[in-house]
Amino acid sequence: MKRVYVNEEWCLGCHLCEFNCAFANSGLSDMVLALKGKPIYPRIHIEEGDKITYAVSCRHCEDPICVKSCIAGAITKEDGVVRIDSNKCVGCYTCILVCPYGALAPGESGAMQKCELCLENSCGAPACAAGCPNKAIVYEDRSPKTNPTDDAASPACF
Amino acid sequence: MEQYIIIGNGVATVGCIEGIRSVDMESPITVVSGENHKVYGRPLISYYLEGKTDLEKMKYRPDDFYDKNGVTLLLGKKAVSLKEGSVVLDDGTELPYTKLCVATGSSPFVPPFENLESVKEKYSFMTLDDTLALEKALFPEAKVLIVGAGLIGLKCAEGIIDRVASVTICDLADRVLSSILDTECAALMQRHLEKNGMSFLLGDSVARFETNKAFMKSGKEVDFDVLVLAVGVRANIGLVKDAGGETDRGIVVDDDMSTTLPGVFSAGDCAQGPDLSIGAKRVLAILPNAYMQGHTAGINMAGGDASLKNAIPMNSIGFFGLHAMTAGSYEGELYEEKTEDSIKRLFTKDDVLKGYILIGRNERAGIYTSMIREKTPLSSVNFDILKKAATTVGFDAAARKKKFASQV
Repeated sequence: MKRVYVNEEWCLGCHLCEFNCAFANSGLSDMVLALKGKPIYPRIHIEEGDKITYAVSCRHCEDPICVKSCIAGAITKEDGVVRIDSNKCVGCYTCILVCPYGALAPGESGAMQKCELCLENSCGAPACAAGCPNKAIVYEDRSPKTNPTDDAASPACF
Repeated sequence: MEQYIIIGNGVATVGCIEGIRSVDMESPITVVSGENHKVYGRPLISYYLEGKTDLEKMKYRPDDFYDKNGVTLLLGKKAVSLKEGSVVLDDGTELPYTKLCVATGSSPFVPPFENLESVKEKYSFMTLDDTLALEKALFPEAKVLIVGAGLIGLKCAEGIIDRVASVTICDLADRVLSSILDTECAALMQRHLEKNGMSFLLGDSVARFETNKAFMKSGKEVDFDVLVLAVGVRANIGLVKDAGGETDRGIVVDDDMSTTLPGVFSAGDCAQGPDLSIGAKRVLAILPNAYMQGHTAGINMAGGDASLKNAIPMNSIGFFGLHAMTAGSYEGELYEEKTEDSIKRLFTKDDVLKGYILIGRNERAGIYTSMIREKTPLSSVNFDILKKAATTVGFDAAARKKKFASQV
């Protein structure tokens, strides 16, 4: 199935993915209203090293340790997508304790949040990949059994 | 066709059911549990008292979980002994099995306090029923004494502090959370807890009770309306021990979760399995481990091949917004960063990260945890970067490519 992958050599470190992510998950239709002058809580973040930058979001692991570790049973994996039920989350941070990628962080409400591939929001496919100006973030199938395919359909929000 | 029985109905049991069903969709599974509830997130009981969750949200799996997985649930039944190939229940029923998982958890350990029987309002804090009983005893003017400043006692204190007049916590240890924090880290956490209204009597214990008063060994006296006993827990090993299986502090298991009894597996807080961080077997009574042990047991019970080789102690526990994360063992060379409200301690030895304590700042701590679990050679990463911040930038390009440009 398709997941979000990064080509770190193409990442400009522009942080646009973080804004697109926060907007796509805001539930609002106006980006300025959603983001301007407010702290943002994106589900993707740019990692910055000496000479490299790249975006990190949930890897939707084959064997996700966050699902096994969540004390509330709030994290589930269905149809290859790891999701968190923010209504059940009590904010214990055990998922942060175990995620090898650093892909979860608390949202505005204190409940944990993570990338859910924009499948449930108005975008319908990852806004980070769709809006990446340099194709440093892509949404494609790289499972060992299938050939990589580009995302043909444009997400609704772009 | 197998006949699976699982004794206990906690998170290890869910792991076991899901492990079995990943291999064997057909054979019947029976779950026997003394507790009269479907599975709930046990560590959520303090969040329930705090009002951060409710009985519906505490459900660890949806209501149809058992049906969907072909599980017969026998609640309110206690397993009293094991015979070869069958489990004997308290009502005399014998249930035959071909593969058994003992996931009986642990029970509160109550030391023989003098005259404890004179205390009317006394509670343990392990189960949902304990919690509902404790909740009934609380009232706004209540003074609460909690014996035990460990994870259970302190989470209980946080859960009830806004519902009562005062919470005092005593512990024989000279610091809070003594099983996971060193002196300085514990002092930071204690200051934070005190700022939020808790009172402590540390390095002190109850000499005797007299109805609503505790006489401490130090000579102090504590008046209380409600007493919570959270001294510690003991693994429920009796079934396996009495049947002649190897037990120690827990039911001794290998990394496939098999006990020394044929066809009998064990998982969760009752099991004593391999701990990578010390290279020996130890009871690791933490929820992630319960699930993973149960899952491993389930796969193997169903004829699959699984082993749990990288279990380590790891905890995330927060109080009033201050989170402490700990993992592994605290041995070797220390790297430390401190601010007024945070402490970071990383322990390295023999080219690997052995353990850490992070209080306050713990973003992306799982990157450190995975380094401990995977024994990532420090010579293969840029530890000068990594020690300052948990960031995957500290890994080399090939490792990053594997993590972020391929399926994991």
